[in-house]
Amino acid sequence: MRFRPLGVFAVFYLAFLYAPILLLPIFAFNDGTVIAFPLRGFTFGWFAQLGEIPALHSATLNSLIIASSTAVLSTCLGLFAARAATRYRFPLKGGIMGFIMLPLVLPEVIVAISLLVVLMQLGLNTSVFTIILGHTLLCMPFAIAILQGSFSGLDQSLEEAAMDLGETRSGAFRLVILPLVVPGIIASLLICFIISLDEFIIAFFLSGNEPTLPVYLWGLMRFPAQLPVVMALGTVLVGLSIVLLLVANWFRKRGLRKAGQEDTGGFL
Amino acid sequence: MSGPLISLRDVNKYYGEYHALRGITAEIGAGEFFSLLGPSGCGKTTLLRAIAGFEDISGGTITLSGKDMKGVPPNKRPTNMVFQSYAIFPHLSVEQNVGFGLRKSGMSPSEKTKAIGAALEMVGLGQYGKRAAHALSGGQRQRVALARALILKPKVLLLDEPLSALDRKMREDMQVELMKLQREVGITFILVTHDQEEALVMSDRIAVMFEGEIAQLADPEVLYRKPATKRVADFIGVMNFLPARAGDGLEVAGLGRVDMEGVYCPQGDVSGACSVGLRPETLSLLYDGETARARETEGVIDEVVYYGDMTYYDVRLEGLEEPVRLSMRNMVGRDVMTVGQTARVAWDPRAMVVFPG
Ligand SMILES: Nc1ncnc2c1ncn2[C@@H]1O[C@H](COP(=O)(O)OP(=O)(O)OP(=O)(O)O)[C@@H](O)[C@H]1O
Ligand SMILES: [Mg+2]
Repeated sequence: MRFRPLGVFAVFYLAFLYAPILLLPIFAFNDGTVIAFPLRGFTFGWFAQLGEIPALHSATLNSLIIASSTAVLSTCLGLFAARAATRYRFPLKGGIMGFIMLPLVLPEVIVAISLLVVLMQLGLNTSVFTIILGHTLLCMPFAIAILQGSFSGLDQSLEEAAMDLGETRSGAFRLVILPLVVPGIIASLLICFIISLDEFIIAFFLSGNEPTLPVYLWGLMRFPAQLPVVMALGTVLVGLSIVLLLVANWFRKRGLRKAGQEDTGGFL
Repeated sequence: MSGPLISLRDVNKYYGEYHALRGITAEIGAGEFFSLLGPSGCGKTTLLRAIAGFEDISGGTITLSGKDMKGVPPNKRPTNMVFQSYAIFPHLSVEQNVGFGLRKSGMSPSEKTKAIGAALEMVGLGQYGKRAAHALSGGQRQRVALARALILKPKVLLLDEPLSALDRKMREDMQVELMKLQREVGITFILVTHDQEEALVMSDRIAVMFEGEIAQLADPEVLYRKPATKRVADFIGVMNFLPARAGDGLEVAGLGRVDMEGVYCPQGDVSGACSVGLRPETLSLLYDGETARARETEGVIDEVVYYGDMTYYDVRLEGLEEPVRLSMRNMVGRDVMTVGQTARVAWDPRAMVVFPG
């Protein structure tokens, strides 16, 4: 075979990116408390242990509540923003959209600290609710980016045609625009869900005594004996993320097929 | 009902500083095939959208069946539109597209099915009801858009360059079909186009627009034979413009002197420098033994363009910088002349249109 420098680069790149993640399941199934080669034997024990930690269960529940609420909230808000950005002209549009997208590039620690300060000033306690607010702030730009993609692909006259055929403005939106952006909405829901599920810094600052899964995981790291459990939990999380991504992609493709558009590939 | 179906009175539209429609006044009758013709950016679409209710006008009134349309939204107007992009709903089937406007009609499902079937039949898509809308060709999409609008039996059908996306052959077929359809349903059609040939072929009357103003509103024949301004004359078909001087009679470069009587002056009497318009088919080449019915002039053939049924000649006349273009019908026993040949050109002062300047 011919020597291909770029091919070699690609192999190294992928190895560097995914090898550490591959280690997760390997050690999660390893029958030993030390995270080191050689492997000792195969076991489901660590996964079984996951079922016996009540604190883990409440953290999981918190995370699911937060991730679902965040996904719904940021997708709804993103829907409004994306629609406004693609359909209407208004003064200072560029500036406003820029401000909404800002959390994408702000250091998360700064956002987390500022949010904490604001909550203290307002006299609010940190809780699941405050994490939802923080995560929504963080996820909004992603939701907008995804939904803007769906909206901008639409022919403007579709909506006008619906109104011309007797529908009100809201009827036209419901019957024509919404069905055509459903794939974008589902993609946005799933992506926001994953981001919120995996988010650590804001959750760490705002969680108080209601930790999320990543915060709980971080706590576990202090006990070396628990490391295999961490590995097992990590494996579950990675598996879940991959499944969600595949589902999101399936929905996106189905939506495109239904709308008769070209699949240009790429998730976002 | 008496009076025009649509009446536009001093309609103005501003986009910010830009004056897109400048005092449009026109009346359109019931059952009329009316065209808005003009170059790109002259405001045709804007006017159509104002009639449909998609654009608020900045001044003037639009009346439909005697009712002022100010503040009436598109879904409450007795108009339907065929969009330039057709705007077929891609997530619905052909049937669902065509039936979309019937949602609020109060028809029973079986009545709806019948109406949809009839509408599809009318545009020749009887077999295509179950197709997904995105699996249609350009011409089929257009038919769906037509059926979808006509099923609601609007008083006015608005069409924004409906044929511009089709290839030439298809376009010519659809022109004839649209005309037939319009006669069949008896609905007023307002067609936007920048194709003068299309407008001439299809319309009862045409409004020629330049820069947001109607330059001339007339039926096709008047528009072609008696253009109101030099610009209209230039936009509709081909016209030769010969420099001339008016005074005691008309001195036309290349042709000579003619009486002022009999020539057509759309902008009133002219004096001094002016411009004489002559259509190519009003000039002809004389073959041996033929004599001109009115006047003749000698020239040299500069260019021959052969079209099969017709031949276009560019002929140089003495005293004219530009050659004049004339068209001849090709006939048996009449050979196409060749470049460089000297030929006699027959012309008639009664075909002249004189513009000032
Ligand atoms: N929403 C708008 N905002 C600002 N200017 C506009 C808007 N819509 C149209 N215009 C301007 O108004 C003028 C007329 O536009 P219009 O679309 O009516 O032209 P048209 O005659 O339909 O041209 P075409 O043949 O290219 O479709 C153009 O100069 C256009 O730039
Ligand atoms: Mg236009």
